[in-house]
Amino acid sequence: MEKKMINLTIDSRKIAVEEGSTILDAARKINIDIPTLCFLKEINEVGACRMCIVEVEGARGYVASCVYPVTEGMVVKTNTYDLIETKRTILQLLLSNHEKNCLTCVRSTNCELQNLAKKFNVDSLPYEGAMTEKVLDTDSACISRNTAKCVLCKRCVNVCRKVQGVSAIDTVNRGFKSKIGVAFNMSISKSTCVGCGQCIVHCPVAALQEKDYTREVKRALSDPNVHVVIQTAPSVRASIGEEFGMEIGTLATGKMVAGLRKLGFDKIFDTDLAADVTIMEEGTEFLERLNNGGKLPMITSCSSGWITFAEKFYPNLLENLSTTKSPMEIMAVLIKKYYAEKMGIDPKNIFSVALMPCSAKKAEAIRPELKMDGMQLVDQVITTREMARLLKEANIDIATLEDDEFDSPLGEATGAGHIFGTTGGVMEAALRTISELATNKPLENIEFNVVRGVEGIKEAKINLGDKELWIAVAQGLKNVSKVMDEIEDGTSKYSFIEVMTCPGGCIMGGGQPIKTSYERAKVDVRGLRAKALYKADKDAKYRSSHKNPEVQKIYEEFLGAPNSHRAHELMHTKYHKQDVYVSDNKK
Amino acid sequence: MDHCKGCSGSKVDKEIEKITKKYKGVDGGIISALHEVQDLYGYIPESVQKYLSSNLDISMSEIYGIITFYSRFSLMPKGKYNVQVCMGTACYVKGAEAVLKEFKEKLKINEGEVTSDGKFSIEAVRCIGACGLAPAIVVNSDVYGKVAPDKVDEIISKYANE
Repeated sequence: MEKKMINLTIDSRKIAVEEGSTILDAARKINIDIPTLCFLKEINEVGACRMCIVEVEGARGYVASCVYPVTEGMVVKTNTYDLIETKRTILQLLLSNHEKNCLTCVRSTNCELQNLAKKFNVDSLPYEGAMTEKVLDTDSACISRNTAKCVLCKRCVNVCRKVQGVSAIDTVNRGFKSKIGVAFNMSISKSTCVGCGQCIVHCPVAALQEKDYTREVKRALSDPNVHVVIQTAPSVRASIGEEFGMEIGTLATGKMVAGLRKLGFDKIFDTDLAADVTIMEEGTEFLERLNNGGKLPMITSCSSGWITFAEKFYPNLLENLSTTKSPMEIMAVLIKKYYAEKMGIDPKNIFSVALMPCSAKKAEAIRPELKMDGMQLVDQVITTREMARLLKEANIDIATLEDDEFDSPLGEATGAGHIFGTTGGVMEAALRTISELATNKPLENIEFNVVRGVEGIKEAKINLGDKELWIAVAQGLKNVSKVMDEIEDGTSKYSFIEVMTCPGGCIMGGGQPIKTSYERAKVDVRGLRAKALYKADKDAKYRSSHKNPEVQKIYEEFLGAPNSHRAHELMHTKYHKQDVYVSDNKK
Repeated sequence: MDHCKGCSGSKVDKEIEKITKKYKGVDGGIISALHEVQDLYGYIPESVQKYLSSNLDISMSEIYGIITFYSRFSLMPKGKYNVQVCMGTACYVKGAEAVLKEFKEKLKINEGEVTSDGKFSIEAVRCIGACGLAPAIVVNSDVYGKVAPDKVDEIISKYANE
């Protein structure tokens, strides 16, 4: 049924919009820009910050356009002198309770509050006075929180609740004492937080940021006795260019490698090759489970936020998780075991850095069960944003560099490895390989469009030899929990499930370049970054993991067969239930 | 989905199980459930918060947010004698702050806390509607008017030996 249309006037322009639209929706349709701060389409529509107020003829006082529905004949003004003055006052009041150390702030020049202060010519701060008590929470391996920078917009709260279903944080206390916090005022590290960092990438200011480990990486790079190796995750090449002024969706693989080389890394390896190994292990594991009555559905295990989520929310389903390690950890084993042995380097002298789109990987790296011979295999995980900062301070603008190539023997990846960075990519990569392994026949079309796209849960029926089975792809933990609840209820029809923590997959990970809410509203960031990875796949020499010659060599020289005893020892892991909200005095 | 699957130690009384059952699946039921728990215990114990989180599909931080938002809910048990000092406008102007300070010093506890023997707790409350008696305090259900700091000792000793 067609929706009723509502006629209104905004800044003397007439427009008709669907009933139920807000004034902001209507204004954006005709390119009238109403500034917002707390507003995030479909995630945070709360009218909290009042930056989007407009004048509505006949209304009492100004109304928040982001939540105010349009009515027939409404006359709206968005830009009167009084409105501008009021908005400047709102900003001054927000700033009166804000830690204004912009010069040393990580979000300076990419801060929505700073942008607004500039836009509205806030040239004085007349309301200095008491500040809400500051809480600095740095106990988590993934995320640091500073409430003194918080503007209480609640974007983080609602992303965590509505998109991820984790709900680790909420507003606590009331009035002037309000702050974003965790139950019992505990550190976020003791909460249900999975470290995904969606709160960080949706924060308009720097109240939330990744745990910064750039200093540790610089220390290693400056030590001539340390062999510093870096691996780069699939999705970073599709986003890092943005930090250097390249267009969203630019595939910057060669330039990224060139930048890392200039920064002083001794070897630059491609996590995408490890993704190919993941497919060999996980794919074989799936076929074994399918043919020998193993635990199904099998669920992918690459996404570290998801692993933590499963350990905290679905401990009964841990046996459903593939035991295959994540690509990052597989590459880490290959670096400190295979590469070190091949080159005759003492693994203790290797400092292994992982460049990831992800804040949760920081917690994965320090998991005790992933240590080998007492050695942590990934020494430091840094995000796309941290790497951009490192490059910039070293005066390296990757946009100006000639393309460079990954190093051998861990630098050749297939298209299947490249698409690991987007939702559906791991499933597609797995299907390319298991279809051919199960039937011994080459696929006619290796592109599986059914698993591509933006839906939160995608499903498809596939044929594997003489078997017909259902697969699913879930992204964003709120969607994931729906799929998991079905398994717990015994109503799930799936055999194989891909899970990615972040909506859109790693390309939209918590460690990726931060886009303001304006950019997100105007540009399909996810779509453009995904397109870059699908292009990398199309351009690749090999497009299925089992065709990767370097991977074949690794199995010949090092691992034996997929899922062999040795492969199990090195490339598989275990999961454990995690307790939450445990107070110190009880344990 | 269980929001407190990883929580331990959420064994609760039969009454709490009953309350939880009553509000399961009720939109906004958490507030009513918290009211009943508050009435039952005089505060909302941690174990009950965890039990409610597990069973009412609501996160721990959300529950904690609600409890800390409404002054009606308390995170700590109250003493046998709960001293409520009115901080409404009239009482405040007439010197309620000095009275509150005196109680805190004499009992060696802060607002929201309980003395180690469990006898007294102190709360600063909004207007209790006894402005004519300002500054006013309430101990359990006994109202005292025109309280000056030098009367605090007398009031405390009245209950201390009971």
